[in-house]
Amino acid sequence: MKNKTDVIVVGGGPAGISAAITIARAGKKVVLIERGSFSGSKNVFGGAIYVQPTKEIFPNFEESAPLERKTVSHKYIMCTETESISANYVARNEETVSYSVIRAKFDRWMAQEAQKEGVVLVTETLVKDVIVKENKIVGVRTELEEYFSDIVILADGVNSLLAKQVGLRKEIKSKDVALGVKEVIKLSKEKIEERFNLNDGEGAIYEIFGGSMLGMLGLGYVYTNKETVSIGLGISLDELAKRKLKPYEMLDEIKSHPSIKPFLKDGELVEYSAHLIPEGGYKKMPKLYAHGVLVVGDSAMLVNNLHWEGTNLAMISGKLAGETAVIAIKKGDFSANTLSLYQKKLENSFILKDLKSYKNLMDIVHSRAESYLGYYPHKITEFFKMFTAVDSIPKRQKYHGFIKSIFTDRSISELFKDAWGFVKMIVGVLR
Amino acid sequence: MPENEKNTEKKIQSNIDDKLFKVKYVPDDEPHLKPDESKCLICDSKVCTYICPAHVYEWDEENKKLIIGYENCMECGACRIACEHKCIDWNYPKGTKGVTFKQG
Repeated sequence: MKNKTDVIVVGGGPAGISAAITIARAGKKVVLIERGSFSGSKNVFGGAIYVQPTKEIFPNFEESAPLERKTVSHKYIMCTETESISANYVARNEETVSYSVIRAKFDRWMAQEAQKEGVVLVTETLVKDVIVKENKIVGVRTELEEYFSDIVILADGVNSLLAKQVGLRKEIKSKDVALGVKEVIKLSKEKIEERFNLNDGEGAIYEIFGGSMLGMLGLGYVYTNKETVSIGLGISLDELAKRKLKPYEMLDEIKSHPSIKPFLKDGELVEYSAHLIPEGGYKKMPKLYAHGVLVVGDSAMLVNNLHWEGTNLAMISGKLAGETAVIAIKKGDFSANTLSLYQKKLENSFILKDLKSYKNLMDIVHSRAESYLGYYPHKITEFFKMFTAVDSIPKRQKYHGFIKSIFTDRSISELFKDAWGFVKMIVGVLR
Repeated sequence: MPENEKNTEKKIQSNIDDKLFKVKYVPDDEPHLKPDESKCLICDSKVCTYICPAHVYEWDEENKKLIIGYENCMECGACRIACEHKCIDWNYPKGTKGVTFKQG
């Protein structure tokens, strides 16, 4: 049969590439179809890749992959409108946990590695439909041709129109995704190292709460690259819609915050980009398999929002799907029953274990965003303002006033809901 | 503070065109984003006009039409999901068309 292969993978991002390379390494035939001109051309993230999971797919990536800076510094910055408080964890001379990368370079490199191992890469090709025959997925239809395979792996990203088409996913709700906007800003290597307190080759990851996003479910970030910084933020789409906000104005506001602005001084915009980030977590995962099909990465909504883990879940879910596909091919059985092994593998891995641990997190923070990400940042900075003030008012009086204000600022029931929400989060993670 | 007051206090006016200028696009001849215009006429919120990170949508009050600058689209999907009437026939641009991120 013309245009027939063992597996078709739709989407040339980290998940798709990892699935395809796993299948090729097992000696099976795989075609990877990417709609962009090259892998990474339509991908956006913060961001950084994590060494340990990346090594599972590319054991020697540190030698040849295009990497920016190795992370030594994590800074957590909480901003009110004009103030900020930060905590900086710096660890040098430890094993590297992550590297900042540029997706257009890194994904492209990954795809080239996959080709070296026998993956057939088709770019600039949009898959429009999945072909279904007698309840089984048997291939895909692009604008020009039909391709057939025993298994189709959907790695087509957060929107996954194809997973929706075959009934594995419903349409996404606004509260289940965040809209991310990002700018890559050029700064000299020296300025970056000076401003972020780094030695040559070292990188920093800044995590920003509040600022323009006070009271909302949103997070900002700064990653340092060799000669650029990536600054961006992600805000829950329903928040933006409800409050009638423009995402790029939110980003500009954070960039001009007095605590952030100095880092970007004299920088020159290189590129502006935007993308959606899955946010629904475990509760909003689609069905992950059916007859002849598997769903991986962002298409399967596999993102751990608290830890900013998406690419590693994409890569490992791709690998596990690839392994499942190889087993199914060897058995000659592509039924949902056989492919359900993929879900079992995910459940036994950190992927679903972590997503389950955090399954209530987004709902709780969503419902308490005004207080956790609005009232408390203000209260904490108020404490520091009080603590550092020198105004001839007796300290004890100030402390009493502050403690009293916690109980009078808002109703007791609000305080109780805050505490309860916090307890539920902790219990949910640890139980 | 009521939400409306909070928004009008914002002093940031972004120049989205300057940002978009830096992005590489290969526009197609026809739009890949097709809202149902009959729904646009009755839409109160016009969410798409402010939520789109690439300012693709603009409401022309005089002609009661939605202007769709699809050549700026970053293919994120926000409009499709946020649309009040869920009326956008949303597709990716054809292969070889649309945005190409050189950084991402």
